[in-house]
Amino acid sequence: MMTFQKTPNDSSLAHLPVGVQARVIAVAGSNAVARRLMEMGVVPGAPVRVIKTAPLGDPMEIRVRGYHLALRRTEAQTITVTAVTD
Amino acid sequence: MNTTLESPPPVKDLAGTAEKSRGKRLTIALAGNPNAGKTTLFNTLTGLRQKVANYPGVTVERKEGVWPLVPGGNAHARLIDLPGLYSLDAASIDERIARDVLTGQIAGLPAPDIIVAVVDATNLERNLYLATQLLEYGRPLVIALTMIDLAERRDIEIDVERLAQELGVPVIPVMASQRRGIDALSAAIIELAGNTGVGPGWRLSETAERELSSLAEQAGVKHARHAVLRDLYGEELPADTERRAAVELARARLSEADRNWWQEPLLARYDWIEQVTARCVRQSSNHQRPTATERIDRILTHRIFGPLVLIAVMLLVFQTIFSWASLPMDLIDKGFGTLGELLRNNMSPGLLTDLLVDGIIAGVGGVLVFLPQILLLFFFITILEDTGYMARAAFLMDRLMRGVGLHGKAFMPLLSSFACAIPGIMATRTIENPKDRFATIMIAPFMSCSARLPVYALLIAAFFSTQKVLGFVSVGALMIVSMYMLGIAVAVCVAWVLKHTILKAPPPPLVLEMPPYRVPNLLTVAQAVWSRAWLFVRRAGTVILAISIILWALVTFPRSNATDNPSATAAEVTATDTGAREGTDNTAVNQGEQGRDETGEQIRNSFAGRAGRLIEPLIAPLGFDWKMGIGLISSFAARETLVSTFSIVYNVGPDENEGSPSLIDAVRNARRPDGTPAWTPLVAVSMMVFFVLACQCMSTIAVVRRETNSWRWPLFMVSYMLVLAYVASLITFQGGRLLGFT
Repeated sequence: MMTFQKTPNDSSLAHLPVGVQARVIAVAGSNAVARRLMEMGVVPGAPVRVIKTAPLGDPMEIRVRGYHLALRRTEAQTITVTAVTD
Repeated sequence: MNTTLESPPPVKDLAGTAEKSRGKRLTIALAGNPNAGKTTLFNTLTGLRQKVANYPGVTVERKEGVWPLVPGGNAHARLIDLPGLYSLDAASIDERIARDVLTGQIAGLPAPDIIVAVVDATNLERNLYLATQLLEYGRPLVIALTMIDLAERRDIEIDVERLAQELGVPVIPVMASQRRGIDALSAAIIELAGNTGVGPGWRLSETAERELSSLAEQAGVKHARHAVLRDLYGEELPADTERRAAVELARARLSEADRNWWQEPLLARYDWIEQVTARCVRQSSNHQRPTATERIDRILTHRIFGPLVLIAVMLLVFQTIFSWASLPMDLIDKGFGTLGELLRNNMSPGLLTDLLVDGIIAGVGGVLVFLPQILLLFFFITILEDTGYMARAAFLMDRLMRGVGLHGKAFMPLLSSFACAIPGIMATRTIENPKDRFATIMIAPFMSCSARLPVYALLIAAFFSTQKVLGFVSVGALMIVSMYMLGIAVAVCVAWVLKHTILKAPPPPLVLEMPPYRVPNLLTVAQAVWSRAWLFVRRAGTVILAISIILWALVTFPRSNATDNPSATAAEVTATDTGAREGTDNTAVNQGEQGRDETGEQIRNSFAGRAGRLIEPLIAPLGFDWKMGIGLISSFAARETLVSTFSIVYNVGPDENEGSPSLIDAVRNARRPDGTPAWTPLVAVSMMVFFVLACQCMSTIAVVRRETNSWRWPLFMVSYMLVLAYVASLITFQGGRLLGFT
């Protein structure tokens, strides 16, 4: 099973600036939403990038595994990511 | 790119294998993610040999068709199209149904001999997640790889042979719209028939595998691995008490070791998928280049342009529905009118003629006249869905919808409800959480549907059409807009109240794929429009037809002594629908006062008239008399019957050879017993307000009953809407009078 070290650079996906490439560290909670997010490919280790936010600032659109996914900030808050510098 | 499409294998080779399986017809299930091209493939494989129904007890669409595996041969297969799915785990209705189909739990539907997994080549990893779960079912599986041309354009190289090797199942590239790869797909299926599946390629950690095997042992041989996995990791615990205790113990042990124990199968699957794709997929480095979809979305989900485009799209759709549809609607209307006249002129007058012309033809015509609007609306909805714009609409509207506690996905069902609440309510099933879904269903009937239009049209034409405000806006247009706005405003309030009381729940999550934009496939659009329209015609048609016949009987019986002429009520209904919608066509003519009295007497003493007089004290405070009461009663079956009912009640030409007076004039000239006008502009407004808010539609009630699987919700909906309608109408009429309006 994959594990990723937490670093001080970690933040929630909700606070990831638009356009910054990042990697998922953890998906918190054991509720239906976390399960659905992981089924859609948002699992630890997956690269993600925020594409944009909707006109009223919520929801947000991310790119993961080569496709686009919309989710609300409350959902994004449960996803811990770390920025990838390359 | 290695994805060359094989040329079809010679049919002769297949014949021998097909021969073997002739005794039993193959059942094949088609599964895949939404937007993976499953519908296009299904339509190509089955052509027009398909039927759409529902799974018992739920409104999940059940599509199945016949697939002639070998052209001209007799190895026809039964092809089941599963709903679009991302996973088989979660508790949504679609996913539960898909599981039941795969395990053979649906009555009359054997477990599939072969599963065809539709996998989108441009979105391989996420699409393979479902395929991985399907592998776990241990049935023979074939992967149909779609969108390879798009993948190629995005510089995604897929080694198909290697992929097949890694997965252990045949992988067949198909381009359904061009019929390429179809023969290879049939060949793979015929070869696989009767084999066993390969099972999953991934394992869990040792601890977890140990728990799985001990649970499997306890359950006995018939419990397959996928079922044990589901018991241990599924969201719901098994129903059996003993089993549940064992599973709970196992879960407790696992969670002690790892807080996120439940994520293990999810991670293991993706882990395996990543290993597989790492060996078979090469993506050129310049994939950071924005795709066409991303460029389009720079406008369509733009902070400012996005909402403007959405408003423009909505305006276009509604403008089209109301303006383009009017010509075919008039034609259908005239057609039924002519048919009725033809029958009446060629049949001997009598009850049978009346029933045919007034009951059946008027009833069927009254429904079919809305068909052009419904077809157009479904056409637009299908186009918006198929292009991928629907997801953008939900994305743009989600924040606003959440303001009243609803889901972004509720936007489109509610928008559809402006044409008809039935497809709107059916469309809510994309909303996963039942509470959000029920809240959406409960407010959908407030959207002014097309069946209310004839009512608004009649009353506005009678009382408001000529006046103008500020010199250019007609009061009629203003009135219609106000009615739509009233419905929306009440819906927002009710949604807020429901979400804070009986349907209280945290704000619904939104996890929504934004699919790439695609040019819609015309066959798919036509198919979708046709099947949805047919469902509408059948459902609404049967109810309204029955109600029309009953209503005709209620107005015709018991026969009063004064009238012996059975066609007295008859001529009117023929005039009803024509008179209703385009009342201006007919010119008022003088009519025999004698006949008017006779028919009036007949209606007054009929069952319907007695019912109308019975409720008169109740509706008098709203400004309504007993004749309007008949209309209210009959319109509880379907709103538009109000118009035909008024035709029966008011339109009283005793001699059918004389032109019937226009219904509009009849409404204007209707008098109360004391000689004052029965209708005033204020009464008309009160009536319209009532129609905005009351749930007067049998078909809606039936659909809500089916969607919520209980009588509680539809009964609750009818009662609270009736109370709201009554109170609002009361306030309108009494308040209006206090303010000095008449």
